Amino acid sequence: MSKRDRMSGNEAIATAIRQIDPDVIAAFPITPSTEIPQYISGFKANGLISTEFIAVESEHSAMSACIGAAAAGVRAMTATSSAGMALMYELLYIAASDRLPIVLAAVNRALTGPININADHSDSMGARDSGWIQIYSENAQEAYDNMLMAHRIGEHADVMLPVMICQDGFITSHAIENILLEEDETARAFVGVYDPPHHILDPAEPAAVGPYSVSPYVMEMKRAQFEGMARAGGVILEVAADFEKTFGRRYGFFEEYRMEDAESAILIMSSAAGTAKDAVDRLRGKGVRAGLVKLRVFRPFPAAELAAALSGVKALAIMDRSDGFSGNGGPLGAEVRAALYGRADGIRTINLVYGLGGRDTRVEDFENIYAELEEMKDGPTDASPYCRHIGQRENTNKGTD
Amino acid sequence: MIEIRWHGRGGQGAKTAALLLADAAFEAGLYVQGFPEYGPERMGAPITAYNRLDGAPIRVHSNIYEPDMVVVVDETLIGPVDVTAGLKPGGRIAVNTNRPPEAVRDLFPGTGAEIYAVDAADISTRNLGRNLPNTPLLSVVARLTGIVEEKVFFAQMEAAFRHKFASKPEVIAGNMSALREAWFGAVLVNGDE
Repeated sequence: MSKRDRMSGNEAIATAIRQIDPDVIAAFPITPSTEIPQYISGFKANGLISTEFIAVESEHSAMSACIGAAAAGVRAMTATSSAGMALMYELLYIAASDRLPIVLAAVNRALTGPININADHSDSMGARDSGWIQIYSENAQEAYDNMLMAHRIGEHADVMLPVMICQDGFITSHAIENILLEEDETARAFVGVYDPPHHILDPAEPAAVGPYSVSPYVMEMKRAQFEGMARAGGVILEVAADFEKTFGRRYGFFEEYRMEDAESAILIMSSAAGTAKDAVDRLRGKGVRAGLVKLRVFRPFPAAELAAALSGVKALAIMDRSDGFSGNGGPLGAEVRAALYGRADGIRTINLVYGLGGRDTRVEDFENIYAELEEMKDGPTDASPYCRHIGQRENTNKGTD
Repeated sequence: MIEIRWHGRGGQGAKTAALLLADAAFEAGLYVQGFPEYGPERMGAPITAYNRLDGAPIRVHSNIYEPDMVVVVDETLIGPVDVTAGLKPGGRIAVNTNRPPEAVRDLFPGTGAEIYAVDAADISTRNLGRNLPNTPLLSVVARLTGIVEEKVFFAQMEAAFRHKFASKPEVIAGNMSALREAWFGAVLVNGDE
């Protein structure tokens, strides 16, 4: 039986972690981290979990400790945010290439310059090529549900990769919302027991994890890692199907909202998707054929499936909550356009960077985007794709007075 | 949906009040949001907190620009902050002040809102020995929203305080008496209730 409750996204993640009761959690316990390690140390102090909780001196050490623990064959987790994740980048690559199914609770917040603590996706987007599976959550419920699914995905023998569960900093991590929680036993049974096929403490099978690898071997390792990621998609859907059967809530690579006959669509991730859905409803009430695709799984990137879901729309706005500074669009803009190329050509696309550093994005902002799409949808299809920022003040100071 | 915007200063408990109101509304069976707007966190800086309360699931994740109710925890914010910005026609204002009714009306010229004044500082100081205006205002707001009955609200808040103040139970009684005094402690300064 699900239990109705209310809590912040941080507490939702912490609750899932308590139910999972992992073997090791290593985390840097203060800013830029979140309340998640604080909740966990409380659970530990109150005897609610048997986890070994290691309060390390940096995020670099947090991920190092997780790598060591995971190599020894136990379930290891951490939580971080913003600059803390940036300090982990080096180790994120090691965790993935060592094929260690560590789970990381990410609270997405801006990277510094200027100093800012608020929501955007710069931190996890900076790790997009690190080899981690990345799953994004719209609200506390999804963060909780995604966390319950994470281990089964990463630990699957066909995958063996680390998993990052992301939610938007403050907007959902620090906001109280309604949530349905599962009973501890049911949740734990769903996650299951981790039985690693190999670990370095097995005397019957001496092995090294993460040694120096000479050129004749590196590419084989990388190719195997690629294949693990390629197989992850199928496992993500399998686990989601079992989750739906067990708990009744449905997940896929992405959510399609009122897309059946949509001509104008927005593609977006995480908390702002809820705001955009309200805009879709308002516009549908006025007869506008508006729809939305909320991308949940960013790594592996479901290119063919997304192209199929978007193939019927005439105009599409791809929303990026980080700017990759590529000059060619944000990370989502570039990848979605690449996914459409040759699969669903002729869709008029714009790529909009929004919400950096916690800049608020309103229902009205999305209504304006749909209005722009409505103007574009029957226009030329050969217009150059472009990217721009929305919601910021423009510099109108043309000189000194 | 009821949308409420709290204006206070860092340290006055506007965020805590918004989270406790969300708790009360949740217990009453509603869908809720309670969240602060995070800026530079320091004592005395203007802060904003928000509540959405609805019978249906809430999806929107933006701040509140057209509130049904504005709560002014610190009246020195009136002026430096446009506290009534976007207040819906026929909306309500709850303000912590010790001014006489005419003077309170003059604080919000032309808003057309129902203005409820409560001397939350006085209620807090007498019951808690400290000026923490959020507790009395929470009671005023809970009554005005009509989301929960008086007795149920007090029982919920007592449970919440027992949890929140587990390490300092001596403050629970003062908080409860401040809540009780404030339930009917606000005066409608521009009309009849």
